[in-house]
Amino acid sequence: MSIGHTLLGLLESGPRHGYDLKRAFDEKFGHDRPLHYGQVYSTMSRLLKHGLVEVDGIEAGGGPERKRYAITDAGITDVEQWLATPEKPEPYLQSTLYTKVVLALLTHRDAADILDTQRAEHLRSMRILTDRKRSGDFADQLICDHALFHLEADLRWLELAAARLDKLKAAVIA
Amino acid sequence: MSLRQWSRDLGLGVRFAFAGGREGWIRAVLTAVGVGLGVAVLLLTTAVPSAMGVRHDREQARLDWPFGSEQPAKGDDTLVIAQADTTFRDKDVRGRLVEPEGSRAPLPPGLSRFPAEGDMVVSPALKELLAADGSALLRERLPYRVVGTIGESGLVGSQELAYYSGSTDLASHMEGYGATRLNEFGNPNPSKEDTDPVLLLLILVVIVVLLMPVAVFIAAAVRFGGERRDRRLAALRLIGSDGRMTRRIAAGEAMAGALLGLVLGTVFFLVGRQVAGSVEVMGISVWPSYLDPSPALAALVALAVPAAAVLVTLFALRGVVIEPLGVVRTAKPARRRLWWRLLLPLGGFAMLYPMIGQGQTNGDFNQYLVSGGVILILVGITALLPWLVETVVGRLGSGGVAWQLAVRRLQLSSGTAARMVNGIAVAVAGAIALQMLFAGVDGAYTEATGQDLTRAQMQVRVPDGAPLAATAQKFADTKAVSKVTALWEGYLGDSSWNSENGPNLSTELTVGACPALREVAKLPSCKDGDMFVLDGDEYSADGPQMNKPGKKLYIEPSGSGESQDVLWTVPAGITEAHSVKGLTDFKRGGFLMTPSALPAAAEKLVTGQIYLSIDESVPDAYEYARNTAFHVAPLADPMMWSSTRQDTKFTTIRSGLLVGSACVLLLIGASLLVSQLEQLRERRKLLSSLVAFGTRRRTLGLSVLWQTAIPIGLGLLLAMGVGITLGAILLKMTDTPVGVDWASVLSMTGCGAAVVLLVTVLSLPPLLKLLRPDGLRTE
Amino acid sequence: MNAPGGSLLAAENLHKAYGPTMALAGAEFSIHPGEVVAVMGPSGSGKSTLLHCLAGIVTPDSGSIMYDGRELATMSDARRSELRRSEFGFVFQFGQLVPELTCVENVALPLRLNGTPRKQAERTALSWMERLEVDDLGKKRPGEVSGGQGQRVAVARSLVTSPRVVFADEPTGALDSLNGERVMELLTEAARSASTAVVLVTHEARVAAYSDREIVVRDGKSRDMERVI
Repeated sequence: MSIGHTLLGLLESGPRHGYDLKRAFDEKFGHDRPLHYGQVYSTMSRLLKHGLVEVDGIEAGGGPERKRYAITDAGITDVEQWLATPEKPEPYLQSTLYTKVVLALLTHRDAADILDTQRAEHLRSMRILTDRKRSGDFADQLICDHALFHLEADLRWLELAAARLDKLKAAVIA
Repeated sequence: MSLRQWSRDLGLGVRFAFAGGREGWIRAVLTAVGVGLGVAVLLLTTAVPSAMGVRHDREQARLDWPFGSEQPAKGDDTLVIAQADTTFRDKDVRGRLVEPEGSRAPLPPGLSRFPAEGDMVVSPALKELLAADGSALLRERLPYRVVGTIGESGLVGSQELAYYSGSTDLASHMEGYGATRLNEFGNPNPSKEDTDPVLLLLILVVIVVLLMPVAVFIAAAVRFGGERRDRRLAALRLIGSDGRMTRRIAAGEAMAGALLGLVLGTVFFLVGRQVAGSVEVMGISVWPSYLDPSPALAALVALAVPAAAVLVTLFALRGVVIEPLGVVRTAKPARRRLWWRLLLPLGGFAMLYPMIGQGQTNGDFNQYLVSGGVILILVGITALLPWLVETVVGRLGSGGVAWQLAVRRLQLSSGTAARMVNGIAVAVAGAIALQMLFAGVDGAYTEATGQDLTRAQMQVRVPDGAPLAATAQKFADTKAVSKVTALWEGYLGDSSWNSENGPNLSTELTVGACPALREVAKLPSCKDGDMFVLDGDEYSADGPQMNKPGKKLYIEPSGSGESQDVLWTVPAGITEAHSVKGLTDFKRGGFLMTPSALPAAAEKLVTGQIYLSIDESVPDAYEYARNTAFHVAPLADPMMWSSTRQDTKFTTIRSGLLVGSACVLLLIGASLLVSQLEQLRERRKLLSSLVAFGTRRRTLGLSVLWQTAIPIGLGLLLAMGVGITLGAILLKMTDTPVGVDWASVLSMTGCGAAVVLLVTVLSLPPLLKLLRPDGLRTE
Repeated sequence: MNAPGGSLLAAENLHKAYGPTMALAGAEFSIHPGEVVAVMGPSGSGKSTLLHCLAGIVTPDSGSIMYDGRELATMSDARRSELRRSEFGFVFQFGQLVPELTCVENVALPLRLNGTPRKQAERTALSWMERLEVDDLGKKRPGEVSGGQGQRVAVARSLVTSPRVVFADEPTGALDSLNGERVMELLTEAARSASTAVVLVTHEARVAAYSDREIVVRDGKSRDMERVI
């Protein structure tokens, strides 16, 4: 999961302090694993270096927690690209996908598109595996089947999520 | 096994029977109608013996001739009664003239007082007939004033035509005519009821033939909706009812229809009883009150019918194991075997065989053997048909796709197909046999009388003392009479009629004018004063032997009083003449005389007979002659001859039977339709997928038609075979020549075929609806 | 337009309502000869209706369906039936085999409907059953074979007329995964070797993975997933 892209996405709705960013992240995505402050600051300084964010203002007293960050145009493009790129189909990527969908909803982008893109990517992988399975030996078949079952589970989740986007949107934005 | 549990399970079943929505109701109602018909017929059946009994008792109670050896002497307790029967169109009217001779004279049954002279008391049916528009001719013959109606106790049927008319001076008719003096009515020692065995056979066969298809129908009806019920029962098993419980619930479902049927049956019976009061069969009608089933028998019916429904259901379920997840039919049944199926009809034939030829001559049929035999033969159809269908269908070759679909389906479930057709086959076979029996007996009853219709259709005896010529003229003046032949007839004997043994040789004497004589013999020449002797035929060939000139012959005295011999001496030179079948269907023998050749002393000893030719093209042609006869002699009942007695009674009963069979067939047709639709619905998914890959609707429609037509065709063939055989046996039993009544065979078979066609046509719209691709949608 | 050139069967802007329910609301579709296209989507999305329209079983309320240069939607029912008999094949989820006919008779049925003599039809049928590895079931009735075998018989039947398009509506829906995959393998293999196009309606991704391309139907609208990326 890319924390950088996630924080960037959160900034899209307006400039925030590092402290606010951490809180927003934890609330939306970090249920089981809250971010450390250190992670936030190191990520933000990397984003600053790449010109994806800028410092919007510094409050008196100094220190990193006093900085207010805003997203740059380059940052917005970066988020856009990230969202549009399907993840490489592999096991246990729900959390990334989930993040992307929620971010898309938060930033009023088309979340269904993200799911469909991902779905097409998954099916492509499944086709390749199915082809391999057809021509392969028995061991190959078993290995492919393992992957296929996992991918199928993802795909089911994608379908489920697509069917429940409206509910999710209501929950996220509230 | 507690009673409560039983009743609870049965009750649950009853609830299920009506819970199936519209279809459930249709099924329950159809079953109920079938059961109802069966119950009604059964109740009528149980009532018939008592009805016949009551009828017979009434008949015995109004007999009006003296049973003692002597007529009672005139007293204040005597009555003189004379028969004045007549016939109007085809109906016989029982007429009596009564003259009480004292205050204690016996009243005829059904009368509250004696009618005065010129008055009459009539039966309700006669009252109605007299009042009818077309009955002017009858009113002319019965010119009495109607002063009352005969009560039920004086009549043997609701449709009987009868009257009692007051009269005077009847005693003068006690000689010669049928007037009698009585001091009581009825047979003091009533005879045992003695039904015409042929009539009894007809009744038995009618009952069996009507009951059997209904029974078969009930058996099929309680299996209606079998597959859906099976699924329901399986669901019950799943939620924990055991095998016995499910069976009881199934039995309860069947019982629901049967109970409703009992109610319907009682209604049908009550309606039928009223209807029965207004119809006449073979000249027999009954009062509704006669049809009173004995309570024990009625109770038996009320118990037996639902019990039978339950038993049939349990029997049908015997090869079925209801499992929680569905119904398992015990492995594919073994190939049907022929031998035991043949035992049933053969057993039936064996029961009937000993009674062949018993018919009219020596009496009674064993009722149990008759019913048993007919039942076995008809039940035999239901046993033979499944075998026949299986065997034939198993051999049917390939044909088009429609044919293949139908044949394959029949091969897989020939039992179901045969069961659906059983009822129709039994109904048709029974009806054919019955129609044949009726046609045969009918033929015997309407046998040609052999009368030469070109000459005479009616004969009237001229009363003593009436002038022959004047009387003849009266008839000649009567409308619709085209020719009148008047003859005096008497008998000649070779010794005194008063001697102990009577004459050894005797022959007829016929007197008439030359044209009249030429009607009975071929005369080379004839003039008044001539005499002839006839060669006669085998019955009356004594004439030539008695034609010995100088021989004294005795003329038969008329009446009983006169005892003085009147003699006639045979003169020489009597011409021999050849007798011809003339006015009557026999060749006369004996002597012919022209009027002036008859000795004056003999004039009173011959009776005038008038032979009438009637122009039948005139409506009610006979009634005019009858009226003239009535005016000439009120107590004379003209003898009617005609080539075939037009017997409309059988025609009505036969058309009634046809209607009855058609109704049974329609009922069966309705049930066929229901199960057909049910089957179609079950195959909905399959049918739509067949349409999806391009099967023509025509192909599917045809396959449905074949699927019904093949078993029905086989069923009808079997029914025709069995029906004709059974009919032939029944005819042999009544000693009637066997003839196949093809018209009724074809009409019955046609009815059966029409039912199939109707069912197929009616199931086509739902089929086409099912064939719409929408059928693929619902999953 | 959306129908790419050279497509065998293409549909545009299809609308179909069943009473108040919109089953199709502007769906599109196209397939090339020999192509296997999976139609996916949640239940009730209209994917079966799309298949029925494409196969000429149901006429759409509006829109066009071109098959081999001919407009399907305006064809007479008889003509469409004939097309289904001769150029299309069908496999359904279940309940499509006539229970009274033997398996080989079932497979021969489409040929017989086209008027092929019985002997010849059954010979052809048997050779297809061989390819689907069910030739040993010839004399059995559908009730006597397993679900997977029955479905293979159904596949053989759908291919027996050498159709140009096979419509398969949830062909593995009633089977376990092993049997389902075997059926799919045999179906796609046989179809590819005869360059028969297959329209495959399914809700199972692993079945859809046997396709060349995927279309998703949602709320009566279709989406070609190849053009998403």
